[in-house]
Amino acid sequence: MTDKFDKEQADANPSAAVSKDGGALPPEAIKAIPVRHYGRWVSGVVVLALVALLVNAFATAEKIQWNAVGEYVFDDTVLPGAGRTLLISVLAMILGVILGVILAVMRLSKNPVTSWVAWVYIWFFRGTPVYVQLLLWFNLALIFPVLNLGPIYKDEMVDVMTPFMAALLGLGLNEAAYMAEICRAGLMAVDEGQTEASHALGMSHAKTLRRIVIPQAMRVIVPPTGNEFINMLKTSSLVYAVTYNELLRATSTIGSTSYAVMEMLFVACIWYLVMTSVFSVFQYYLERRYARGSLRQLPPTPWQKIKANMIPLSSWRR
Amino acid sequence: MNAMVKAEGVRKSFGAVQVLKGIDLEVQTGEVFCLIGPSGSGKSTFLRCINHLEKINAGRLYVDGELVGYRQKGDKLYELKDSEVAQQRREIGMVFQRFNLFPHMTALENVMEAPVQVKGTSKAQAKERARELLDRVGLADKAGNYPSQLSGGQQQRVAIARALAMDPKLMLFDEPTSALDPELVGEVLDVMRDLAEDGMTMIVVTHEMGFAREVGDSLVFMDDGVVVEAGRPREVLTNPQHDRTKSFLSKVL
Repeated sequence: MTDKFDKEQADANPSAAVSKDGGALPPEAIKAIPVRHYGRWVSGVVVLALVALLVNAFATAEKIQWNAVGEYVFDDTVLPGAGRTLLISVLAMILGVILGVILAVMRLSKNPVTSWVAWVYIWFFRGTPVYVQLLLWFNLALIFPVLNLGPIYKDEMVDVMTPFMAALLGLGLNEAAYMAEICRAGLMAVDEGQTEASHALGMSHAKTLRRIVIPQAMRVIVPPTGNEFINMLKTSSLVYAVTYNELLRATSTIGSTSYAVMEMLFVACIWYLVMTSVFSVFQYYLERRYARGSLRQLPPTPWQKIKANMIPLSSWRR
Repeated sequence: MNAMVKAEGVRKSFGAVQVLKGIDLEVQTGEVFCLIGPSGSGKSTFLRCINHLEKINAGRLYVDGELVGYRQKGDKLYELKDSEVAQQRREIGMVFQRFNLFPHMTALENVMEAPVQVKGTSKAQAKERARELLDRVGLADKAGNYPSQLSGGQQQRVAIARALAMDPKLMLFDEPTSALDPELVGEVLDVMRDLAEDGMTMIVVTHEMGFAREVGDSLVFMDDGVVVEAGRPREVLTNPQHDRTKSFLSKVL
């Protein structure tokens, strides 16, 4: 039936017929004069001028001692400060990811008690500012002077809750709440058919999760987790408040004694930018790794892009 | 011949909606059993009950003489543990309408996955067998491709190979060609025809009446959760007894 219908249509519409010699015009590439975009030129010049003014303002400002910036970038107190920023960010992130995965599984579990507890945790830690949470941990000794874990452990709270511990718990536990939501979204984004197919093959719940669901969820989880880590590198500056001697605290101490306040903040900015930039590159490759199978062609790495661009350039020269 | 699948008064509800209203049927070992009927008639649900992807609410369902999903002791039924259900499913292959290949694995890895993870077959052995199976469905040269790089027909053939890798005694096909472009239906049906000739017991939910007529040994027409008519495919398709069957066939043939 459909065949007949198609034939009738084709007959009734002879103009749609394709000529056998491939059209009347020769198969030359079109050479046309491109549209001129004057607006783009004008806006480009305006923006460049504004940027030049801004750069000039900073470069010629007499009060900025640029040599101080250069001097202190690799200073003996600044470098360990940057190291501690990295350390506390990585450790807090690890704590956050582990706890976040546990919370996500708890929230998705069929047990109403665990899912409710996870919900309350996320509700509290997402609902209050990190800064306040850091101060809560730091001042815990005011209400619990002694940490008493029964027979396992007993010590003065002041000795346990060092600036490092307060920073780690404050940042890590807060991060866990966000990571839990990211992981939950990732797990739920995997098509239910995948679980069914895996179960139909006789795979257990645990194997299905580990071999089938999580690898696919990672594609959804990795990009926001990278963002979270970059955020963490910057949020870690808040642990200034709990007297942990990280990058911002290290630079500010120098700033306040040497009267180079702004210069030392510039130094801090340089290190934050270095760390976030390096990690962004790392994240790009990580995302590429987990895109396997979901894209027909993986996007080229920056290096491959450069190589691809070099080929037409070299053929131009000839 | 003994029955591979036996259903006695199988009922299934989703909330207030009763999808299966008492299904009785038997599928003999080695036969190709076709299930046809309008969408919403419960044929896919029944198929999913056979490997316990859906829990039945009433009745009994046996595969190869074994109760599906439950253990009977005296007059009491005990739910099987997840691991025991998984054990039962190993012997039942299933092919889905939407293929459900694992997108993060190549065709070869898809076929290898279950034997390695479930049966504990060595990787080398599983790889060799997977290559054989891919060759059997005519995709030896696509072993290294990811599902997204394959056409629908090729994906479905990989899915069949994946199910066969577990050496099932029963294969369930849930509208295996419904998501395919018309020109790709043939290649999948050819593979299924091949399987049938090898004596595999197959239950096929399908809209391909030509396949049912040629390859099927038995055919059941379901509507609104009940079996309306059953018999040899040629007889039911050419000479339906029931009005409901007649009106359905007049629309699809």
